Amino acid sequence: MAETHSLQDMRQQATISSKVFIQRDYTRGTMCQFQTKLPAELEARIDKQQFEETVRTLNNLYAEAEKLGSQSFIEGCLACLTAYTVFLCMETHYEKVLKKIAKFIEEQNDKIYAPRGLLLTDPIKRGLRVIEVTIYEDPSLTR
Amino acid sequence: MGSFPGRNKFYCNGRIMMAKQTGVFYLTLVLILATCGLFFTFDCPFLALQLTPIIPVIGGVLFLFVLGSLLRTSFSDPGVLPRATPDEAADLERQIDVANGSTGYRPPPRTKEVVINGQTVKLKYCFTCKIFRPPRASHCSLCDNCVERFDHHCPWVGNCVGRRNYRFFYMFILSLSFLTIFIFAFVITHIILRSHRSGFLNALKDSPASVLEVVVCFFSVWSIVGLSGFHTYLISSNQTTNEDIKGSWSSKRGKDNYNPYSYGNIFTNCCAALCGPLPPSLIDRRGFIQSDAPQMAPPTNGITMYGATQSQQSHMCDQDQCIQSTKFVLQAATTPLLQQHSSEPVILTASSENGILTGRTALSLGGPCTSLPLGQPTPPTSTPSLSCHEVVDMLPIHAHTHPHTHTHTHTHNHTHPLQDPMAHHHFLTPEEVPSPPGMLPCGSPMGHSPTVQTGFYNPASQDSLHEDSVRGLVKLSSV
Repeated sequence: MAETHSLQDMRQQATISSKVFIQRDYTRGTMCQFQTKLPAELEARIDKQQFEETVRTLNNLYAEAEKLGSQSFIEGCLACLTAYTVFLCMETHYEKVLKKIAKFIEEQNDKIYAPRGLLLTDPIKRGLRVIEVTIYEDPSLTR
Repeated sequence: MGSFPGRNKFYCNGRIMMAKQTGVFYLTLVLILATCGLFFTFDCPFLALQLTPIIPVIGGVLFLFVLGSLLRTSFSDPGVLPRATPDEAADLERQIDVANGSTGYRPPPRTKEVVINGQTVKLKYCFTCKIFRPPRASHCSLCDNCVERFDHHCPWVGNCVGRRNYRFFYMFILSLSFLTIFIFAFVITHIILRSHRSGFLNALKDSPASVLEVVVCFFSVWSIVGLSGFHTYLISSNQTTNEDIKGSWSSKRGKDNYNPYSYGNIFTNCCAALCGPLPPSLIDRRGFIQSDAPQMAPPTNGITMYGATQSQQSHMCDQDQCIQSTKFVLQAATTPLLQQHSSEPVILTASSENGILTGRTALSLGGPCTSLPLGQPTPPTSTPSLSCHEVVDMLPIHAHTHPHTHTHTHTHNHTHPLQDPMAHHHFLTPEEVPSPPGMLPCGSPMGHSPTVQTGFYNPASQDSLHEDSVRGLVKLSSV
């Protein structure tokens, strides 16, 4: 309950100190990947390993969404045969993974980032351009 | 899509998305419907009786497939990249200033170099969308959006062809090729069979519709079949029309030049393009419109909305920042509460959202902030998006000098489609001029570009734009 307590404090104060944007990493082509390097502004707030782990997991999840596996192939063929009406009742593989990602980010926020006065925004809300990290100014957390 | 900044039109609560100029699309529809209508009404009864009733059945199936894929191509989101939020844009600006060493004078157009699979690729900064474009993305000046894996803007389909609808476009032209050949063959058969009975002239008199169909099909076959062949080649080598026309990966540029996106073999390339996973539309969930706020009302009053949206998106007022920050804070704060309490906080956010957004719209119409005036063309940061208006030709334009000889050395026999697309720029440019005022594709729009977005356009940045525009003009004039 200590986490929610500090979040409520944050809400009452609600001062955003700054925002950091993790840009896309295009070295593997057009696949959705984000840079794992910890930006300077966050060095004081979070452990490098922890952050890299989060981004790496996100990258893996996005890679899974865009993978050219047999599942996506079958899904594509089925969709073509049914004139894409199958998606009226079924979710695409990509959408399923996006849901997984949303849950993952929420969980990371609750467990790791909120206690440190940070907030990760789901990249899909930013058009998969950036991971937006909001840094909150919280007197109780600053030393 | 209450505040969509691009020049697209939305219908059916955001489910249908098209480019601004849709006149040619209706022409395509009319041509297909009319020709097929005539075929089924005048030729099919005779053929069904004389030959076999399977002919109209196959024709019907092909027709439905063509129509389905056409509508799917035209109405779906091609892969539009939503514009950067003001915070992101500011952050990027700061980074670029740091990298260049800020002087009073704006540095030349911003590019980033990335090594992909051994090839160096330049990522350009889009001044309109305020992002560094992903590789293979391009800004379509007709739709005023950056589109992922941009192939070309097709006026015949009334939309851009990009990552999310390329497969539908390909299925459209492929099935249309089959349909055209099918109709052509069977109308000829019909006339021949009739001629055996009553003589050639009588046959033509009995079935005048057939003549019209033959004419339409004859001229369509060349271009559509050619176009299908061209795109089959593009798919098998995993290139976009954009890249092919620019010769980005051709071996003429250098011995080590190869396509870093190709998977190596034709089968995988085809699978990737046609059966790969279909990414969801990114513009449905932009930061400006929270996904929990139920406001997908399409703008029925297109013109004023564009004026409003453009000024909305490009102003960097404090008010906007304030609204954004408040939204984030409320969102962040209410997320944990959702788990404990009812969903009331979310509703509060949504309605305050509504209030804020309508307030914003009202403000921006008479807004004090500088805004991009409606219809002003954005300097083409990537001219090929303007110059490659591939067309499905239904009109007789033939026999132009082959403009691709300087870029194409591949020995595939598709000389026709390569001629025709370029020929059509010439044909189409007058069509495109009426749309956004002052919007001459490839005609150096620098003269038009206002320095409203202060600091973003300046003489130095226009050098490479100039180069691009000149290159585009050269291509046009070589037709």
